[in-house]
Amino acid sequence: MSHAAATTDHEHKPYQQHHFESMEQQTQSTLLGIWLFMAQEILFFGGLFTAYTVYRILYPQAWAMGAGTQNVFLGMVNTIVLIGSSLSIVLAVHSARHNDKKGILKWFALTLLLGLVFFGVKAVEYGTKWEHQLVPGLNWDDHHALHTIQEHAPKGVEVTELPKGIQLYYSLYFVMTGMHALHMIIGFGLAIWIMIKAARGRFNAEYYPHVEYFGLYWHFVDIVWIFLFPLLYLV
Amino acid sequence: MNDNNTSPPLNYLTNGHTVKSWLLTVDHKRIGVLYLIAMTCFFLVGATAATLFRLELATHNANVLANDTYNRLFTMHGIIMVFFFLIPAVPGVLGNFLVPLMIGAKDVAFPRLNLASWYIYMLGGLFTLAAIIGGGIDTGWTFYTPYSSVYADSHVILAGTGVFITGFSSILTGLNFIVTIHKMRAPGLTWMRLPLFIWAQYSTAIINVLGTPVLAITLLLVLAERVLGFGIFDPQKGGDPVLYQHMFWFYSHPAVYIMILPGFGVVSEVLACFSRKRIYGYEFVAFSSLAIAAIGFFVWGHHMFTSSQSPYAGLIFSILTYLVGIPTAIKIFNWTATLYKGSVELSAPMLYTLGFIGLFLVGGLTGLFLATKALNVHLHDTYFVVAHFHYVMVGGMMMAWLAGLHFWWPKMFGKLYNEFWARVGAVIIFFGFNFTFFPQFIAGYMGMPRRYHVYDIEYQPFQMLSTAGAFFMGIGLIICLVTLVSSIFTGRPSGKNPWKATGLEWNYASSPPDTHNFTVPVKVDVEAYDYTDERIYQDA
Ligand SMILES: [Cu+2]
Repeated sequence: MSHAAATTDHEHKPYQQHHFESMEQQTQSTLLGIWLFMAQEILFFGGLFTAYTVYRILYPQAWAMGAGTQNVFLGMVNTIVLIGSSLSIVLAVHSARHNDKKGILKWFALTLLLGLVFFGVKAVEYGTKWEHQLVPGLNWDDHHALHTIQEHAPKGVEVTELPKGIQLYYSLYFVMTGMHALHMIIGFGLAIWIMIKAARGRFNAEYYPHVEYFGLYWHFVDIVWIFLFPLLYLV
Repeated sequence: MNDNNTSPPLNYLTNGHTVKSWLLTVDHKRIGVLYLIAMTCFFLVGATAATLFRLELATHNANVLANDTYNRLFTMHGIIMVFFFLIPAVPGVLGNFLVPLMIGAKDVAFPRLNLASWYIYMLGGLFTLAAIIGGGIDTGWTFYTPYSSVYADSHVILAGTGVFITGFSSILTGLNFIVTIHKMRAPGLTWMRLPLFIWAQYSTAIINVLGTPVLAITLLLVLAERVLGFGIFDPQKGGDPVLYQHMFWFYSHPAVYIMILPGFGVVSEVLACFSRKRIYGYEFVAFSSLAIAAIGFFVWGHHMFTSSQSPYAGLIFSILTYLVGIPTAIKIFNWTATLYKGSVELSAPMLYTLGFIGLFLVGGLTGLFLATKALNVHLHDTYFVVAHFHYVMVGGMMMAWLAGLHFWWPKMFGKLYNEFWARVGAVIIFFGFNFTFFPQFIAGYMGMPRRYHVYDIEYQPFQMLSTAGAFFMGIGLIICLVTLVSSIFTGRPSGKNPWKATGLEWNYASSPPDTHNFTVPVKVDVEAYDYTDERIYQDA
């Protein structure tokens, strides 16, 4: 940043940006900014959860049967994977606090790896839905969908026709998990950027805001999944 | 300051002349100017669309435009004016320029993010312009489904993406302002000493951060429906178009306050200065902004009285809408009380401000008519609604915007505009505006529906008046534009505080301000609008 024309005579710390009066002001500002960003994220997903709630109340049958076709085991695996990645990012922050550059890189790499596992599993799940022609608009097939739902129906329950609103269930499933995945992809980009910074030794025990705030972001993305999993798989 | 022997000290305008120094600037003042230029261009596009369909509407049959062209023009007018002019105008230009100056900060909290907001705004604008150049959109600015998702045969995807992207510019600007106002006030500048402009920006920023993401996700669902065929709002798949309306208006009603609250802030500043009095009931005016922001989130259903929304919900929305009228009325009363026994000077910004109070009053009161469920059934989707929101948006917001632009013009560019022509422009705009929109109240009350291109001959006199008025208003706007722009080249230097106004921006910063805003440390020891303070009358 520019260091032109310092007009006041107070000393600037190396990490303090010129337009802040003190390091404390800078830290507090950034933290407030991050929380406001989270607030807008909540509202963003809030729109989706609203649509979810409205249609779930309107079409409980569709929701029950749609959730029945989900692979709960894979969903569970992904939940555990994401919780693991949250843990590893906590350890990255911990390393940063102790000025451990290698630790930051190691735990970030593990976070990314777990993220990739999540995507792998997600790809399998999306792929199965595509095969079963359960993607509304793109390859939806009533006949095939009915067949899949019958297969997954609990014993003793006979399904003779598609429940009303079943396509809405799958539409919301794809939009909600898709938006979540998009946030993870953005997280990947941020993580790589921070790893480069860390590798260049830009952080130390007094200064590691990027690591810390990335941790907050990643936790947020995980929490969204913690909501999505029961709402879409377990009902 | 006027010493010609030495070269003038560098200010934010002269510090760097290259295009790059502008496009990569992180100076909040330069970013404000970037918004000003971009926004004026968008305004001219929107105004051109209005000119064309106003010509068409002068007579009851179609003789200028084909019906499809007409639809595309009014949609384009709405989208450009709402999302690219009204919403970002005061925050983007005046907010960016003034928030740090008014609170004694060197810049906003996140300068680079601030520049990114401008680029996001421009990117959204480019998508929308591409949609227009490609042939336009015919859904109306509201993008109602299933029309926008299934039936519209136009560039909904491009325009929707444009609006979606621009939303993030509002969110990030709002975030920046909230943090700046919370964390970067000068020593001694307590919340109760803040200029009301800051309170207004703060309230607006809250709505931006909490409301805009909902619009974003709503538009995303519409796009998913149109591009992929997901059908969240498609009745054939069990979806509910009224849910779209709920989600759309959850943002778009508060968006009315995103547009008008910053205008309220401008009005408070100008009114205090040219009455030379402290704003009557400062605390009430300050907190009424927050009250409007809060209650404004719970009134959206008043747009859907004639839809399948439950009548009981409608009743609650109707009552809540009356409720939001209270803090608004508090402001109007307090402004009027400020004039009482003030030493009123009818300068150009003050003319716009007084025009604002009268026109916004009409706009606000007719809003209460529309909030009345039974009356709404009669007036729904008529020209009465068109007149109502133009009294709020143009009579209110645009007048406030022009008041603010004139008021802070000397601060931004260091030049005085020609006061006579500025006043002429203000008066012509005021009368032109009333000729344009008042007849629409009557036509609407008689039953003329909005968005029709060919209409019953009995409404023709009103529409003709409207068209004539619009041209009158256009002349006023051109006078205003020429007066302001020419002042940059021919205007006299304004000096630091030409209006003898209170406020840090007038008393601590030069005109135009230094790149880092202040050359002396800022400390505040007085209330806002203390016009008895001797210090403002000594020229530096
Ligand atoms: Cu409304």
